[in-house]
Amino acid sequence: MSDPDITLYRLQACPYCERVVRKLHEHGLEYRSRFVEPMHSERDVVKRLSGKRTVPAIVDENTGVTMSESANIVEYIENTYGEAA
Amino acid sequence: MDLEFDVVELGEADHPEAGERAPDFTRPLVNDEFWEDVALSELCAESEGPVVLVFHAMDGAFPATYIWNEIRDRSWHERATVVGLSISTPYAHKDLLEERNVEGDYRLYSDPANGVAERYGIAMDLDGMAGLAEPRPAVFVLDSDRTVEYAWVGEEWPAFPDYDAVEAQL
Repeated sequence: MSDPDITLYRLQACPYCERVVRKLHEHGLEYRSRFVEPMHSERDVVKRLSGKRTVPAIVDENTGVTMSESANIVEYIENTYGEAA
Repeated sequence: MDLEFDVVELGEADHPEAGERAPDFTRPLVNDEFWEDVALSELCAESEGPVVLVFHAMDGAFPATYIWNEIRDRSWHERATVVGLSISTPYAHKDLLEERNVEGDYRLYSDPANGVAERYGIAMDLDGMAGLAEPRPAVFVLDSDRTVEYAWVGEEWPAFPDYDAVEAQL
């Protein structure tokens, strides 16, 4: 299995996460999904990476970017991998 | 009246034997913080030592508890990459890792549809639990290209691995 540059930290059935997934699909981007704990207080892995316990969060090794908040992520993907990029 | 303790005979299984290559599969692999799809081939290729693949009863059943207590107490993680596999969900696996106090040292594959056990020839139906099947208890020690170095599959139920025999391979 190839190692994609993008890792998406997500929660099962989280609409904001699905929004990011749709955007990744839209641009044909390979990504690795890591599903985290529903309990907010136990999401230490996300906290270590992004400083917050919220999902979605992505790590893009291609650009060195780590970010959370779906609106920001969607904008980032558009700006980095969209037609305008 | 027969007061003997009767185990259920399962008979022989047609499973991968020592010297053969174990079937590859990809399933969610659960650690203490998240789960992600991981191929067994990837795990084997990246492991410094052998990979020990432990099929066990669903999380919460006493054999799962006993097996993980034993593996924990023997610290197999110091000499191998040890992963479990059961039909339990990733959520249940996370609880098992926590309850057995093996977080950080061991990971668990989740295979609710039991497809991996079928590919390994070790699936068994569960009497009295309609629609459920799970793997027989089994242990495979694999090298970096998934060649089986040691294989044990339970032929009765319940059955427990010969821990010393597994340990001798590590």
